[in-house]
Amino acid sequence: MGNLEKEPMFSAKNLNLFTAPLGKNNPITVQVLGICSALAVTVKLKPAIVMALSVTIVVAISNVVIAAMRKYIPDRIRIIVQLVVIATMVILVDQFLKAFVFDVSKQLSVFVGLIITNCILMGRLEAFAMANKPWPSFLDGIGNGAGYGIILVIVAFFRELLGSGTIYGYPVFEKIGVYSIGYENNGMMILPPMALIVVGLIIWFQRSRDKSLVEK
Amino acid sequence: MKQFSNRYIFIFSIVMVVSVATLLSLAATLLQPAQEKNLEIEKKKSMLESIGVPADWDNTEELYDKYIKESFVLNSKGEQVDGVDAFTVVLRNEQKKPLIEQYLPVFKATPDDGEKVTILPVEGKGLWGPIYGYVSLKSDMNTIYGVTFDHKGETPGLGAEINTSAFEDMFHGKKLFDIDKFVSIQVLKGGADPNDIHGVDAISGGTITSKGLEKMLVDCISKYNDYLLKNRI
Repeated sequence: MGNLEKEPMFSAKNLNLFTAPLGKNNPITVQVLGICSALAVTVKLKPAIVMALSVTIVVAISNVVIAAMRKYIPDRIRIIVQLVVIATMVILVDQFLKAFVFDVSKQLSVFVGLIITNCILMGRLEAFAMANKPWPSFLDGIGNGAGYGIILVIVAFFRELLGSGTIYGYPVFEKIGVYSIGYENNGMMILPPMALIVVGLIIWFQRSRDKSLVEK
Repeated sequence: MKQFSNRYIFIFSIVMVVSVATLLSLAATLLQPAQEKNLEIEKKKSMLESIGVPADWDNTEELYDKYIKESFVLNSKGEQVDGVDAFTVVLRNEQKKPLIEQYLPVFKATPDDGEKVTILPVEGKGLWGPIYGYVSLKSDMNTIYGVTFDHKGETPGLGAEINTSAFEDMFHGKKLFDIDKFVSIQVLKGGADPNDIHGVDAISGGTITSKGLEKMLVDCISKYNDYLLKNRI
């Protein structure tokens, strides 16, 4: 294979791998994957952001590892191999967090372990990394992690603001004084069902703007 | 996709499992000292927080040595047990033993205001896992000087709120005893009367964690009953 046939690293096709999951092919709002953790970690912004980062790192690295091995992975045990790679990555990330950034690891607590069960990871490995080269797989992983993260952050922003009256722990509503005119935090927002409703509103908003996403 | 023989699949899985196992055990062994050090610093940091000394990750050890001078272990009758280091006692393991054999750690501290503070460790169950913390008492062995709580995996924004200062600050000045009777602190759903010296507000959406915390305080502190009554001023 000569240099002429080699694709540039940031070709339009490769960039699309990164940008598509942010909008038109978002893992949460379009593929409706990874909803479980989107409900659990979005009460406050901080865990949502850390979770988004951890998922991005794990999905990107697992994608690269699987893509590099894809020609040697026997078809019949590929799901097991994918799971082993994901689980190994998650345990390593957890161990490193515990040893070097202990406070972040405490913030995330059980959710690091729960990354293993996040459907987005298996979905990307099976649908993309098994059939593509490491570099596009890496971009795909970063894109999907970011697409997942962006929804998490939006949901967490509204749930924290309306449920606790704060943004990233900063008491906005108290500072602008809406409590004195009779406003009260909406306790519903901190309960899991409201995450589902907020995700639903985002899906509604996205589909009303982009009709091509609406099923026939 | 090309077909692989059974022999290839077996060898592939064996190689994969062995290399992953080696990698993980290597990582666990190499990182263990750093992780244990973190746990130790964290324990010291929580103790300092319960007496109102804010510590950074870096100056914890130094502040701990400065403020917390004395520690010893009691049995359930309130008698001192010799030869056991209070800091290394793991409360969770103690709680599995019969009460008479349990070691009950006590730490003595002197914060800047000169108060002689007694720090008692507590541990119990939340919704998803263990919750734990330190309760420090003024020299009357009745009034709460400060508390700090933490948890392994309570839901962020709900049960996890027990480690926020908004929750912990409510415990200041609450009393454990009603004259000679141990009544502990109630965590009340719907909010406690501010004049209630034995009650604090529960966390909305965190009922099971709140109840677990209440039970933890009763279970752990009642074991010190004899010691607290004997030494109060």
